[in-house]
Amino acid sequence: MDSLNLILPEIFISLSVMFLLILGVFKKDSSQLTFNLSLFTILIAAIITVNETYSINRVTLFKDSVVIDPMASLMKIITLIGGFLVLIISSSYLKAFKIFKIEYPILILSSILGMMVMISSNDLMVFYMGLELQSLALYVLATFNRDQLKSSEAGLKYFVLSALSSGLLLYGCSLIYGFSGSTNFDVIANQLNSNEYALTFGIVFILVGLAFKISAVPFHMWAPDVYEGSPTSVTLFFTMVPKIAALTVFIRFLYVPFINLIDQWQMIIIFLSIASMIFGAIAAIGQTNIKRLIAYSSIGHIGYTLAGLATGSNDGIQSSIIYISIYVVMNLALFSCLLMLKRNEQYYEDIDDLSGLSKNHPLLSLCLLIILFSLAGIPPLAGFFAKFYVFKAVIEQSMYFLAIVGLLSTVIAAFYYLRIIKIIYFDKEKEKYDTDHGVWLKFSLTFSAILILLYFISPSQLIEVVSRINII
Amino acid sequence: MNFPILSSLILLPIVGALFLFFTKDKDGNNLTAKYVALFVTIVNFLISIYLWLLFDTTTSAFQFVEERIWIKDFINYKVGVDGISILFILLTTFITPLCIVSVNNTVKNRLRDFLIAILIMESFMIGVFCALDLIVFYLFFEAGLIPMFLIIGIWGGPKRVYSAFKFFLYTLLGSVLMLVAIISIYWISGTTDVIKLYELGIDAKYQNLLWLAFFSSFAVKTPMWPVHTWLPDAHVEAPTAGSVLLAAILLKMAGYGFIRFSLGLFPVASEIFTPLIYTLSVIAIIFTSFIALMQEDMKKLIAYSSVAHMGFVTLGIFTLQQQGIEGSIIQMISHGLVSAALFLCVGVVYDRMHSRLIKSYGGIVTIIPKYSILFMLFSLAALGLPGTSGFIGEFLILMGAFKDNFLVAIIASFGVILGAAYMLWLYKRVIFGKLVNEDLKQMVDLNRSEYLILTCLAVPTLFFGFYPEPLFNTIEVSVSDLINMHNLNIASK
Repeated sequence: MDSLNLILPEIFISLSVMFLLILGVFKKDSSQLTFNLSLFTILIAAIITVNETYSINRVTLFKDSVVIDPMASLMKIITLIGGFLVLIISSSYLKAFKIFKIEYPILILSSILGMMVMISSNDLMVFYMGLELQSLALYVLATFNRDQLKSSEAGLKYFVLSALSSGLLLYGCSLIYGFSGSTNFDVIANQLNSNEYALTFGIVFILVGLAFKISAVPFHMWAPDVYEGSPTSVTLFFTMVPKIAALTVFIRFLYVPFINLIDQWQMIIIFLSIASMIFGAIAAIGQTNIKRLIAYSSIGHIGYTLAGLATGSNDGIQSSIIYISIYVVMNLALFSCLLMLKRNEQYYEDIDDLSGLSKNHPLLSLCLLIILFSLAGIPPLAGFFAKFYVFKAVIEQSMYFLAIVGLLSTVIAAFYYLRIIKIIYFDKEKEKYDTDHGVWLKFSLTFSAILILLYFISPSQLIEVVSRINII
Repeated sequence: MNFPILSSLILLPIVGALFLFFTKDKDGNNLTAKYVALFVTIVNFLISIYLWLLFDTTTSAFQFVEERIWIKDFINYKVGVDGISILFILLTTFITPLCIVSVNNTVKNRLRDFLIAILIMESFMIGVFCALDLIVFYLFFEAGLIPMFLIIGIWGGPKRVYSAFKFFLYTLLGSVLMLVAIISIYWISGTTDVIKLYELGIDAKYQNLLWLAFFSSFAVKTPMWPVHTWLPDAHVEAPTAGSVLLAAILLKMAGYGFIRFSLGLFPVASEIFTPLIYTLSVIAIIFTSFIALMQEDMKKLIAYSSVAHMGFVTLGIFTLQQQGIEGSIIQMISHGLVSAALFLCVGVVYDRMHSRLIKSYGGIVTIIPKYSILFMLFSLAALGLPGTSGFIGEFLILMGAFKDNFLVAIIASFGVILGAAYMLWLYKRVIFGKLVNEDLKQMVDLNRSEYLILTCLAVPTLFFGFYPEPLFNTIEVSVSDLINMHNLNIASK
């Protein structure tokens, strides 16, 4: 029983979810209360995670099906912080759309729970369970604004495609189980026999499923529609939190059981990476809706993250994790700006609505400027360092082609980020937006913008945290 | 450790910018902001003069070196100057206050933001010239794109958006390959510290590709033919102060990069690729001079002349002769002063008549005589008349070229004649001849601030034309050691 404290955060969240559901049913008008309690839950779960698991090197539980290691605890902490921030800045948006209901925080909590299970999984079954838990919650979240056609459409689309990919994934799992005799990652690693081509099939199927979850090209089709249709606060959640969990599983799946088959999967990851980088950059150019644009840009950013994964080295994994962490901060900042584009209780999400923003809202535009240049990867902002670490790891493995293609695609991507900056700074101004934003929204924007701007002063901190992660 | 004088040079403008950021932005003539910016840049100039006085000219070692751990076991923040870089730092700190004085007439809206951009730009430029770590260099080199993009885009002319994008994307495209090369150097040699790399040397089998990657970045920035096309656009659309910074300092980053990195780190490859540079430089000199002859827009003409002058610079650097490299450095300094002055001269008439077309001027010598005299001085300096700093540079470059390759030198010499042709023709059409337009009579001569700026630029142009000794003193040891090191490296391979 001693080891139960290692999964205390998960237990705590699941108990809270049940409690909050009961509370929500029996107490009227309890949405604000549930909301606050959920925030509190996440906070406590984060504290427990830090306390109980942060210093642990590697422990496996429940017949090796759950693993607690530095990567798991770090990613859980990022997930929880991400979830907390998403929840806290979305309240005013939800209220404006009159969808401030008890289900929202509870669904977020359960999807976070699923992600935490995914992150810790060391077994195909546990992994699948976590994945489904988070996906089911996400389907509902996507349709949360159910009176809007687009939101329902987004949810349905997401559900159908995601279920298909889950099916593929499950098929891959069964193939792997069939040919290695186990679902446990460590056991599979020992049983591996590279002559079994069916195993390669299994890997491919699972990779397809995972690539779908992180929306890597060519499994990205759902992303733009779902991102556009979902309520903005949910889109924010989509772009940040599930990707962290999916990336962790990606790393664990490739590097624990199948590291010896690297010759077989490396090409696939390189292809996914290059395709995502280039497609993300080119497809974003023509967009007019900011959320769609963010969808394509997030596809591109996933490409860079995968580039780090493709290296097959610890440096590569660490650089990917650094990349995703910095990306999460940038995304948070970008969406905070997006949530500030409000006038008379209406939110604006077209790029043209940003026109001439710098005249009326100099500070907001300055933040956007920093965020966009950072997303484009221009030094000395945080986004540059993210790319820099990835390409450092890539070039270490002499994968020059990947590095050059990646960097050239940053130039293409720079174009559409510049286009937004152009609209903000060079174009004619429009009507003013409201300035009475909530404290938390302002806080998250200032905090993340400053983090992005001043990251270069002490980049070692993040590296030190991440350097504890040694998968291989 | 001594007082970190270089870091304070880099940081001071940023502190000034921060201070401005927290002052209130007033419309119209925001005097407080301007005085603050002016004060900061002048202090910076004085510090750099002090730096020059302290500078020991008898050694080629890097001086005032500061080193701090930045990313553990990976990058150190390292800055320092030698005889080559100190002149560029001086040029930067000298030109920036003049830019700030010149905004008087040119920038109408959002003056405070403009000054912030200029100040941030200054600190990045100084950073480029004193960085002694490749990654630190890259950081400063690239970061400069952001303020320049905004300067062109927000305060530029009618086609500003196109020009700003072109400028940004061209330069970024060139630079990303340099980033790949820098990271590769880290994996090949285990360090990005320039001084250590000088000692270690880089294996000859990698040098060619690395050289080309660096070249792609510097060639765009120089700009060399055929990737020069962003420059005329950027120059024409940028506000006067932006053009001045661009011509006077930004272009010099690439020339400096060629000397410091291409020559210093890749001696074997530099030897191999000399014919390429010669060809491109000669084409740049002759071809863009002809283009300059045909221009109708004054700013465009000067922009193309910049390309031609930078052609001389790259030619001089890769002669790998003492005279050639010294000439290139002096040519860069001189071009920094002269092209800045010429852009300001165009700015002066543009502010009055709102036209940059040559044909809308003519016969204004009697109307604005002071202006005509100063304009003449700078035109002559641009074409390299003896007695101006332009002459020293071009003469030395050609001397170096004659030593190395006779044919190239002969062709390049024609460039001097063409340079005289387009500059004198420009001057004749704008200043002399018949009065083309009655409105021109309304023009007022230079006001106090314009007079001050142009005189400030004229003094060093003439001074170094007659007495270039201080410049030579500063660069001589560094350049000769660079060449010795280069020859040693070649001999050992």
